Amino acid sequence: MTTTNKTEKKQNFIIRFLNINTSAETSGRDLPLWRQLLLQVLTLFIGATVMFPIMYIITMSLSSQTTRPSSLQLFPKEISFAAYQQVLDHPTANPVSFIQLLKNSVGLSFVVGFLAVLVAVSAAYAFSRFKFSLRQTLMVMVFIPLLMPGIGLLTPLYLLMNSVRLMDCGEGIMALAPFASCAVGAGKIVFNLRDSLYGVGITMIAGALPFAVWNLKGYIDTIPAELEEAAAIDGAGPNQIFFRIMLPLAIPQLAVTFFIGFIGHWQEFATSWLFLTQPEDYTLAMTLYNMTGQYANSIPWNRFAAMAVIVALPVAIIFIALQKQIVGGLTSGGVKG
Amino acid sequence: MTESDKKARRWILFRRFALPYVYLFPAFIVMAFITFYPLVYQVVISFTDFQLKDLMHGLASPNLNQVGFKNYIDIFTNALPVQNFEFFRILTYNFWWAISNVALHVPAGIVIAVLLNIPGLWGKRIYRAIYILPIVVPPIVVATVWRNIFHEQYGAMNQLLTVIMEFLGSTDPVRLRWLEEFTPPIKWLLPNSPLPLAYYAMMIANFWLGWPFMTLVATGALQSIPKDLYEAASIDGASNSQQFWNITVPLLRTAMIPASIYGFTLSFNLFAFVYFFTGGGPARSTEILVTFAYDLVRNLNLFGVAAAFAVIIFFVALFVFLITNKLTRATESYTEA
Repeated sequence: MTTTNKTEKKQNFIIRFLNINTSAETSGRDLPLWRQLLLQVLTLFIGATVMFPIMYIITMSLSSQTTRPSSLQLFPKEISFAAYQQVLDHPTANPVSFIQLLKNSVGLSFVVGFLAVLVAVSAAYAFSRFKFSLRQTLMVMVFIPLLMPGIGLLTPLYLLMNSVRLMDCGEGIMALAPFASCAVGAGKIVFNLRDSLYGVGITMIAGALPFAVWNLKGYIDTIPAELEEAAAIDGAGPNQIFFRIMLPLAIPQLAVTFFIGFIGHWQEFATSWLFLTQPEDYTLAMTLYNMTGQYANSIPWNRFAAMAVIVALPVAIIFIALQKQIVGGLTSGGVKG
Repeated sequence: MTESDKKARRWILFRRFALPYVYLFPAFIVMAFITFYPLVYQVVISFTDFQLKDLMHGLASPNLNQVGFKNYIDIFTNALPVQNFEFFRILTYNFWWAISNVALHVPAGIVIAVLLNIPGLWGKRIYRAIYILPIVVPPIVVATVWRNIFHEQYGAMNQLLTVIMEFLGSTDPVRLRWLEEFTPPIKWLLPNSPLPLAYYAMMIANFWLGWPFMTLVATGALQSIPKDLYEAASIDGASNSQQFWNITVPLLRTAMIPASIYGFTLSFNLFAFVYFFTGGGPARSTEILVTFAYDLVRNLNLFGVAAAFAVIIFFVALFVFLITNKLTRATESYTEA
């Protein structure tokens, strides 16, 4: 008995202190000053721990020193944009422009994100609204890759994509492998699906689907069925219901799923790194990975830091701008505790 | 039976049997090629001694030998030609790594979300913006920066500890070999595979990376709790702590359980972070299943073994999924809810 009382008292104290009560004290009453200051110390401390590695990398990117800093610097002593300038001029050792890398990254992330959401919403609708015999089995099949890391499938994917090739057999004849091929030993590869952004994109769409389906299904589950029932009584077919009612209602969640996917695709490097060989196909994330990989020692640190900031920036902006929607989307998706 | 009745019946039959599959078709056509086909392919080559020389020809390679269950047996009996490889140690470590991460991130995330939800706290919006920054930094950048922080000589962590030790009267600079030291500091924590210092370093870094997401979700959930609930409760005479434990906590739970599971799977397969932070070292003591699978393909070129390993990961994932599915009921349809 005494222990429960004690813990209750302790909880009470914490709750009183944190002023969780929203019923009695809501209407704009200020916190007592001492409590406000104490909380400010706490939140500032958390903020400092969050900012610490970020300041470290920003400071490094604004330095003109190319070597690794020997002592801890969290605030820039000098502000030099030399590293940014160099990264924008010559992002890699290859003659590929920054604009090209940016175009590849943006294009890949946008198209993959868009197509994945489009495919996922129809699957999510089926899983949420229909009862059919294979439902449970199929859903398990869709969701398992959420846990199965894509890395485990890279070898067969490489072989699969590599087998789709457009060959120029000479004399104006083209052959599309694996359906047709030139004479053995002859032919020049014009296009190899594996070695192109299309191949990487297709792989990424499949990787993005499970999460998108999961997230969208959770949201569609929360849309009341009464709307559809009313529409069905008025004579709307299931397709009309999907296009006229479901899709418009799901648009906020579609956007959220798109942006969450976009953030992931923007940072993707494992597949593209293994698949792509042409420098003009490289993405920004690959360039960054290149800088930390085996050649890292020859890469000036300030340039790596500048590249890191450049790669992180769009994601940061999207996330901060759409914070509310993304959180709302994630919490409404798949919530059924 | 009237004409319209027949029509209605046919419609219902169609809806029940065919329509769901039409909606699922796009998703499954993509996944069939990019997820399920490679999965089957992995199973096939997991029974062979697939090596680098077979990569150009795939399954048609003339040098390919069927080896039966040898790859699987080698993995389970630690008979691979790989140093420091113990399958069950890596498996236990992988689970422990994911569980210990989530067990820290979720409570911390909730506490900080509650803190930020206190009415009248100054600078809430600024703090919320700062606190989500770790989510938006690409994992490569996070891992590289934190690896620097834990550097033996230049690292900020040792410099910080040196300052603290000076405060306590010691004059020696702290030179902890965070990422190289193999002797576990706490021997009883996971007797099967004692945890090296690198594990704690990674826990600290991943804590930085992980709690903001949980705060984000918890904040969303806190804000979606209707104020009327608290009003009604206080009219009925519920105290602040009763309101907290009977309204806030249960309603948070519905959002936090899926978030925890999402966090668990994320940590379980945290490839980029682990790979760039320690690369699984020292002596594979912080290796997780995915990083080892990647190592098998990328550096050791044991594709057959890697395939068997991927199949094993698949079954581990299936096991985890079936348990988590029990908890979230994600595969239930709307009507079953």
